Amino acid sequence: MTSRRNQIATQAARDVTLAQLDGSNRGGQWKGAVFKAVLVLCITVAIVTLVAVVLQAFFTGLPRLDMNLIRNMPSSIDRSTSGMQSAIWGTVRLMVGVAVTVVPLGVSAAIYLEEFADRTKWYVRLIELNIQNLAAVPSIVFGILGLAFIVRGPLDLGFVVYAGSLTLSLLVLPTIILTTREAIRSVPGSIREASMALGATKWKTIWKQVLPSSVPGIMTGTILALSRAIGETAPLLLVGATVFVTYNPDGFFEGAFTSLPTQIFAWATRPQEEFRILAAAGIIVLMGVLIVMNSLAIWIRNKFTRTW
Amino acid sequence: MSAVTTPDPQGDIVSTPSTTHADPRSGLPDAPSGVMETVGLNVYYGGFHAVHDVDLAFGRNEITALIGPSGCGKSTVLRCLNRMNDLIPAARVEGSVNYHGIDIYGPKVDPIEVRRRIGMVFQKPNPFPKSIYDNIAYGPRVIGMQVDNMDDHVERCLRQAALWDEVKDKLKESGYSLSGGQQQRLCIARTIATAPDVILMDEPCSALDPIATSAIEDLMTDLREDYTIIIVTHNMQQAARVSDRTAFFTARPDETTGNRTGLLVEYDKTSQIFENPRDQRTEDYISGRFG
Amino acid sequence: MSTAAPPTDRTRPDQIDLTASSPRWGEKAIVGWLFLCAAFSVLVTVGIVFALVEPTLEFFSRVSLGEFFSFDEWAPTFQPPAFGVGRIVAGTLNVTFYALLIALPAGLGAAIYLSEYASPRAKRILKPVLEVLEGVPTVAYGFFALTFITPIIRELWPTFLPGALGDPPGIFSAASAGLVMGIMIIPTVASVSQDAMSAVPASLREAAYGIGSTRMQVATKVVVPAALSGIVASFILGISRAVGETMIVLIAAGATPNLTLLPNESVLTMTAFIAQASTGDIATGTITYYTVFAVGSLLFVSTLVLNMISIALVRRYREAYE
Repeated sequence: MTSRRNQIATQAARDVTLAQLDGSNRGGQWKGAVFKAVLVLCITVAIVTLVAVVLQAFFTGLPRLDMNLIRNMPSSIDRSTSGMQSAIWGTVRLMVGVAVTVVPLGVSAAIYLEEFADRTKWYVRLIELNIQNLAAVPSIVFGILGLAFIVRGPLDLGFVVYAGSLTLSLLVLPTIILTTREAIRSVPGSIREASMALGATKWKTIWKQVLPSSVPGIMTGTILALSRAIGETAPLLLVGATVFVTYNPDGFFEGAFTSLPTQIFAWATRPQEEFRILAAAGIIVLMGVLIVMNSLAIWIRNKFTRTW
Repeated sequence: MSAVTTPDPQGDIVSTPSTTHADPRSGLPDAPSGVMETVGLNVYYGGFHAVHDVDLAFGRNEITALIGPSGCGKSTVLRCLNRMNDLIPAARVEGSVNYHGIDIYGPKVDPIEVRRRIGMVFQKPNPFPKSIYDNIAYGPRVIGMQVDNMDDHVERCLRQAALWDEVKDKLKESGYSLSGGQQQRLCIARTIATAPDVILMDEPCSALDPIATSAIEDLMTDLREDYTIIIVTHNMQQAARVSDRTAFFTARPDETTGNRTGLLVEYDKTSQIFENPRDQRTEDYISGRFG
Repeated sequence: MSTAAPPTDRTRPDQIDLTASSPRWGEKAIVGWLFLCAAFSVLVTVGIVFALVEPTLEFFSRVSLGEFFSFDEWAPTFQPPAFGVGRIVAGTLNVTFYALLIALPAGLGAAIYLSEYASPRAKRILKPVLEVLEGVPTVAYGFFALTFITPIIRELWPTFLPGALGDPPGIFSAASAGLVMGIMIIPTVASVSQDAMSAVPASLREAAYGIGSTRMQVATKVVVPAALSGIVASFILGISRAVGETMIVLIAAGATPNLTLLPNESVLTMTAFIAQASTGDIATGTITYYTVFAVGSLLFVSTLVLNMISIALVRRYREAYE
């Protein structure tokens, strides 16, 4: 590996020296400035778009940001007073289901990988590679898994809220595992050593020292994972967040349900202007929830981050 | 306090009366009484041979200092004595470390039980991110030690660590609110809270200023009354000031790989090592010609 | 042990027992549970494979490989059905191409800026903004593409271009979906690239500055080459995300399986087909149902290959610098 590093270093040194010698550096002043301007432009494009997405949704949806939106059920007849109560409740239920499923699972997996796993073992490397890959599998593929294994197949839950929760849980599992591992890793080894040297067992050390110190990090990771799950649309289309439900879900394991993003999708693809406005209003609600969640995550991270 | 004397399981009779420690150096037996000993101790990190053939015996109620240039394996030896090296996945230990005649690397021995008897204080003060009180109470609680009154126990440990007067009014404050020297004394109080037999100290003063260092050194001398202390230090003056016996280590580079393997050069009473070393390498190091 | 007893009592040899005081079954059970949770993630992948394999095999028992892997026609729900998957693969590649045209240069530029130019304060502000950008629901991007970008594109289309390229796009177009998708992918490319650039040792930069290089020369001639495998990894991950993205194309790219690379036409992508065909309750056992899984398999395998290449490249730079 050092050889590769040396190779890069010598190559870089040669390139730069050549650049010096051929005098291309003379016009460097304005070239550097232009280069920097281009870089700033790159990042600005992304940020301007973010602002545009929010503003466009806001100004389009503003007329329908009223209490009817929350109070009323979706309706295709009373377009001007149609709401999305069932979608909001569906999403709330979905997220509760995701949280209770993925947090214990993901945190446990992260503790194993960070504290107990022997990285020289093939199965540990397989698990790690698998999690990295899972993080990049398209979300709609999770929808297919949900449809074949959770809605039908072995679990056979039917098109119910928890089928959606479980599908989204699998989708965000890698996020929770990665962020929790990061949080656990940031607890210094000296704390573990101190506890072990007192005769605490490994698990006691983790339970009483490592986990309490990493709670803020785990919470941040959980919120970020939930905020990813809350906006996911594609997999829910497959596991039956049917787009037109005019009643709140009966429970986690019975009855049809809809969700905010799938409802937004349904409205966005209708040609009538009223539905577009409704979709935009839904996006504002969704983005509002997301911004609150993200701010909370950043706040927790800043407030509780310990400099060891 | 330590008037109780018992025969050592290996037959070395610890017959010294309790007055011995009034002036330990004058009454120091020629051979250590053998609370712990290493026999043919070799340590490897993966393929790297870190420590070669160390035979050392540590005397009860004595302070033994391990000194030597950096990379000589003295900390590695120390960490073998309570199996802290187990926490490093690639570490491998050969030979034996006997504690009251029991090989702590024996097949039935549980490292957790070993560490309950042989405590450790680390180079950098590492209090838990908890209150001062909970820093002390954590150990007894976590090992299930019977303590009649935890408040009294915490007070006694802090008194023993000469910290009580400074912290008695802020026991609920975080351990991190203390100065570096206070933190290290808190760590020592935390270690004695589980009533260990032996205390290992890995360069406990290297992160402290001279005043804090002197407080810790005084504390060590006091603690010798009740505990057996083994300390790694790179500060020769410190070894000379506090220790009863000194082991000098050095590192020998491997001719083919260049890796440095630590080995024990000389082990004797501290006065002997500093005033009349037998080995040329020890003399060079002591007189500052090397390391 | 009573508190009155001096600690030295513990050292009495007859009390010394270094065997475990209890077998600690609880502890072992906990470690077992933790391992099962970690291993569960493998089960998810296995589940995906199993979910896909059986219906896909069923599909190929009804439709020949030759018919599937062709560009002829894509109409699995029509009578007579046609299964030329090349059509929707082309649609996917079309949108992906225009998305990458934006995401790769902009993502790389943003990464260079963050890694080499931005002050710590700018970084503190920009990184969370990029994180938020990465977290915007794709359905919101889709809506933005359809109701904001599409009208603008239609208005401003360079109609002077020759041939079919000069026709302004309709309601649905690859250009609109690709443009917005590209912006969606910028944060992904930027953050993975920036990680790679941050891993380049400072000593390399210092060496270059030491011989009088400008900041731009250090960035382009030292940092970018040294972080190349990580940058390529970010590009490949970007491709994988573009191929797998569903909502933007479902809303803005349309549903016409056109065999075209022109940006001003409507296309159907693999993901959009899956979402469209399986929205609502499709009946198990129909050819449409199996087609969803066959396309899903193709999508899964292609993103898997891309992800593996990306992971391998990231490992390469990690090994080089850590």
